[in-house]
Amino acid sequence: MHNAHSIIGFSARHLLSVTDLNRIDIDLLLSLGESYLDLSVQKDSKNSVLAGKTLVNLFFENSTRTEKSFELAARRLGAHVINMSIAQSSTSKGETLLDTAATLNAMSPDLLVIRHGASGAPALLAQKVSCAVINAGDGTHEHPTQALLDALCLQQALAQDGRQLDGIRIAICGDIMHSRVARSNIHLLKQLGCEVRLIGPPTLLPTDADRWGVEVFNDMKTGLEGCDAVMMLRLQIERMGGAFVPSKREYFHFYGLDREKLDYARDGAFVMHPGPMNRGVEISSDIADDPEISLVTKQVEAGVAMRMAILYALSLQGGNT
Amino acid sequence: MSKLAILGARIIDPANRLDDIGDVLVEDGKIAGLGRAVFADGLAEDIKTIDANGLILSPGLIDMRVVTGEPGAEHKETLASAGIAAAAGGVTSMVVMPQTNPVIDDISLVDYIMRRGRETSPVKVYAAGALTKGLNNTDMTELGMMAEAGAVMFSNGENAIADTQLMRRIMAYSSTFNALIAHRAYDPYLSKGTCAHESEFASRRGLPAAPALSERIMAERDMALVELTGARYLLDMVSSAETLPAITRAKKRGLDVNVSVSINHLALNELDIGDYRSFAKLDPPLRGEDDRLALLAAVNDGTIDIIVSAHDPRPSGEKRRPFAESAAGAVGLELLLSAGLTLVADEQLDILALLKAVTSNPADLLGLPQGRLNIGAPADLVLINPNTPWVCDADTLSSISRNTPFDERKMQGKAVMTICDGVVVFEDGVG
Repeated sequence: MHNAHSIIGFSARHLLSVTDLNRIDIDLLLSLGESYLDLSVQKDSKNSVLAGKTLVNLFFENSTRTEKSFELAARRLGAHVINMSIAQSSTSKGETLLDTAATLNAMSPDLLVIRHGASGAPALLAQKVSCAVINAGDGTHEHPTQALLDALCLQQALAQDGRQLDGIRIAICGDIMHSRVARSNIHLLKQLGCEVRLIGPPTLLPTDADRWGVEVFNDMKTGLEGCDAVMMLRLQIERMGGAFVPSKREYFHFYGLDREKLDYARDGAFVMHPGPMNRGVEISSDIADDPEISLVTKQVEAGVAMRMAILYALSLQGGNT
Repeated sequence: MSKLAILGARIIDPANRLDDIGDVLVEDGKIAGLGRAVFADGLAEDIKTIDANGLILSPGLIDMRVVTGEPGAEHKETLASAGIAAAAGGVTSMVVMPQTNPVIDDISLVDYIMRRGRETSPVKVYAAGALTKGLNNTDMTELGMMAEAGAVMFSNGENAIADTQLMRRIMAYSSTFNALIAHRAYDPYLSKGTCAHESEFASRRGLPAAPALSERIMAERDMALVELTGARYLLDMVSSAETLPAITRAKKRGLDVNVSVSINHLALNELDIGDYRSFAKLDPPLRGEDDRLALLAAVNDGTIDIIVSAHDPRPSGEKRRPFAESAAGAVGLELLLSAGLTLVADEQLDILALLKAVTSNPADLLGLPQGRLNIGAPADLVLINPNTPWVCDADTLSSISRNTPFDERKMQGKAVMTICDGVVVFEDGVG
């Protein structure tokens, strides 16, 4: 059996928020995730640590990447996977979240992955089901598995130069206000010893974000200075037309990552994006596609590995080891 | 090397708190010397001289609120005709409001106004960008790019933005660029369909009227938003006494709040409407005499920072209508200074407060180097005869449109020479 010993000491029962994890949990997940990055380990059928277990993907919002990433991770560990897209299912028939929970519970899944448009929905569900619940994005609250995979990905990239996450400076740029990815990343990166900066127009920054132990900037030039990594966020099309920012053109001019703005960061700074990208809005194509600096594809690879680590760690918490 | 000497002037420079007899030397469009001893060693022979003979020399006026018809309604006013009217009124810089056709809501329009101003106007022309696209009150414009293109401030024209969420976002967004946000303060619901100040006078005349409270409500909201967002804010044309305490409170709390008033509201009151004179129909409406006196006091004590002409050219076809159906607005570029000087002569307005509100205060707010008599500053100057009594005759005004409530009024004091970048752009009887 693959390194079951390496997750002894993992404390979390659910993964609803990055704050569910202590530093030991985080280090365990990162090291387990690292081992799964090796495709020979990832695809080794002898590693079917979830054989006989059932994972339910419960997606109240459409998502292709995250759902497939969880599905692949679970299958590579030998689990049964059921995908439920509720966006066009029961809620339209009037069923409440708790009705859905009761129905699901009756099916006795071992792991429940949920994405929901309302902040706090996974936490509510976790109170009503008897299996481990994993938050795959809730409203504008958190997306903890994305933050963990980002950390794994960046850690690997830094390791190429013999560097580590502790002590680096990273800027998260763009629509912080509506971003669950940003909220999870801020907390996780700070736990890992990073200096975190937020950059965006005042209309896209959450109120009192400066109290989160981060520095807040409205200007890419000063904000990116000395950054080792730049994490760009997606700006939803409907927020570009004059409500939050005047236009795509102006947003890209002031906040879109191009070579000129990237030059403000440290030489060789890495660029990340949780996807899907709006090319020419928050990031220029030549940066997104530059394998020397862009980690975008590596983030997707790290996604499957990290989710395998998370599923494995949480499956053991059910007491079924 | 073009040189110009202005000799024996009463130099008033509010920026430097100066009011003294002296000479001014202008070289290559800039102020090169100033004071009693500039020509102590005598005058060079090649220098052109102007004997001011005790006339007041002030920085040229900066008018922060000028509506023109260019582009889109050139029959009302062009940048060229407005520039000529400005020069005749001692105004050497004017900020053009965005309510043109098309609206100044895009960098290309900002660029157009600045270029046409340079090419056709004898005085300096600056552009105010719109706050919302097409002044539609719903979508924020490209404030950052327009600021980079040279827009000196932003305004929503005569439209008040009722949507508080939108105004909050505009203010928050603009704070990044340190942009100046000018806003007409009135509650659009309270003021809808009205044409006069709510009072006994309006009641007797049977004119649909809005209470002064309409202005105060929006002003209080805006001040609260300034406090939340840290925006730079200009309350565009305060008109009622009721609003002034809100301004004083905001300033005491250290908010970046500035206030303008139109010369019309300092010189006139609702009684000037008389028997439905639509040339006295203005927006905001003329208010009571108590309001006028309170506004004057607020200029004198510095509560009000800026005086504007509120220049708004309207062809007579838009004005010669029943009062409620007539267009609001009056031309003012040519009359701003004289109407102010008349109030000075009547001892209602302090001359230093008047000149400060049309020179250094607007310059500071817009970040312009003119509006002060510093060495090296642009030689934008006006020579003023404060004593000339004259009667306003609308037919002699330089604007293409001549709608003014000051027609046939007795005035005292006027600009006799206007100099922009060292070039004489207007002259009327200097000895």
